[in-house]
Amino acid sequence: MSVPHAILALLSDGPKYGLRLQNEFEARTGEVWPLNVGQVYTTLQRLERDGLVETDGENERSRKRYRVTDQGAQELADWLRTPPELVPPPRDELVIKVLVALQIPGIDVHEIFQVHRRHVIEVMQRYTRIKAEAAPGDVPLALVADAELFRLEAIVRWLDAADVRLRDMPPAPSPVPEGRPVEPTSTMEFSQ
Amino acid sequence: MTTALELRQVSKVYGSGPSEVHALSEVDLAVERGELVAVMGPSGSGKSTLLTIAGGLEDASSGEVLVEGHDLATVSRSGRAMMRRRSIGYVFQDFNLLPGLTAVENVTLPLELDGARARAAQASGLKAMAELDVAGRADRYPDELSGGERQRVAIARAIVGERRLLLADEPTGALDSVNGEGVMRLLRAATHRGVAGVVVTHEAQLASWADRVVFLRDGRVVDQTAAAPGPESLLAAGDRQ
Repeated sequence: MSVPHAILALLSDGPKYGLRLQNEFEARTGEVWPLNVGQVYTTLQRLERDGLVETDGENERSRKRYRVTDQGAQELADWLRTPPELVPPPRDELVIKVLVALQIPGIDVHEIFQVHRRHVIEVMQRYTRIKAEAAPGDVPLALVADAELFRLEAIVRWLDAADVRLRDMPPAPSPVPEGRPVEPTSTMEFSQ
Repeated sequence: MTTALELRQVSKVYGSGPSEVHALSEVDLAVERGELVAVMGPSGSGKSTLLTIAGGLEDASSGEVLVEGHDLATVSRSGRAMMRRRSIGYVFQDFNLLPGLTAVENVTLPLELDGARARAAQASGLKAMAELDVAGRADRYPDELSGGERQRVAIARAIVGERRLLLADEPTGALDSVNGEGVMRLLRAATHRGVAGVVVTHEAQLASWADRVVFLRDGRVVDQTAAAPGPESLLAAGDRQ
């Protein structure tokens, strides 16, 4: 989540004080991502330093009101159209755990799948409960919860597919006799 | 809470000798009134068999099936048929609405088969349809309804009257994810009003609407989710900024 860009977006409908930005940020992300007021002011200082926001001076209570600059508006427009990083991190921890499990004699890899499947679905139940208990018409909250639910569902689908692929595989790799070609399933390597 | 459905050591074997298939093996499952349980598992894991046995549509090879405390094995054939009409509601993947009947006639059918008077059945049917927000479509025929409306009518038929147990097999059918979510919301609301619900699904998002998820594999219950700690545990984590 890009806090600087979220703040630029919140300023796009007019100048605001830091505290109001914090409240609006939390409201619009369905309060799933809490943001403390210190982070808001640190981010505003950085944005001001980079010329993306400016203040109209302090009021009588020494509070600054921030407005987005033309450069800030352009930065926000560019960011909205920049594709996020879709290439996964080089080492997906769950994939590595499964590949490691395949190497260990006596491990029931299906049981490993099930432990992770249950855990992911328990997390999904919590996000679904957020949606179920949300006020009708709270679209931002539904969008945030949906994004997490689709991401988590993809993990479950991967586990299901892996389960089927490995269904008939023997529980532990057998030693490879010398001189024989290497079997791909018994020598999965994951050096990156 | 009261146990509406209990399976004790239920097994189901099809065929015999070399062609013998163990569809269910020693399954224990209890579902309380007010609870929605999802059953997940790969194809051939016994999900649908569990549902048909729970609803008295098929007999278990061994073990006990209790609906509202009544052991189905001790209930006569006609008694079981009466339970299916009165106490158990079914929702199927392809809705199974009768095309020659209007929406409300579909909903009231189980009541009328059970001998209810037409006027009383009509009132119960409209009440169930109102709960599902489709009372305004009561006089339409199934082919005049959208997919989402058809499934709402099918759920109304499953909860009409004094149902105690709601059984659903892949109830969101071919609906898109938002309409599918709508169906799960309705099933959740119906169960939380006091019915016990069992939903068979292979979709994790749909299963996550349940209070508890039970995992089947090769006809056995291999795992289930713990009682969820609630959404506040996500908000308190504070690690997602």
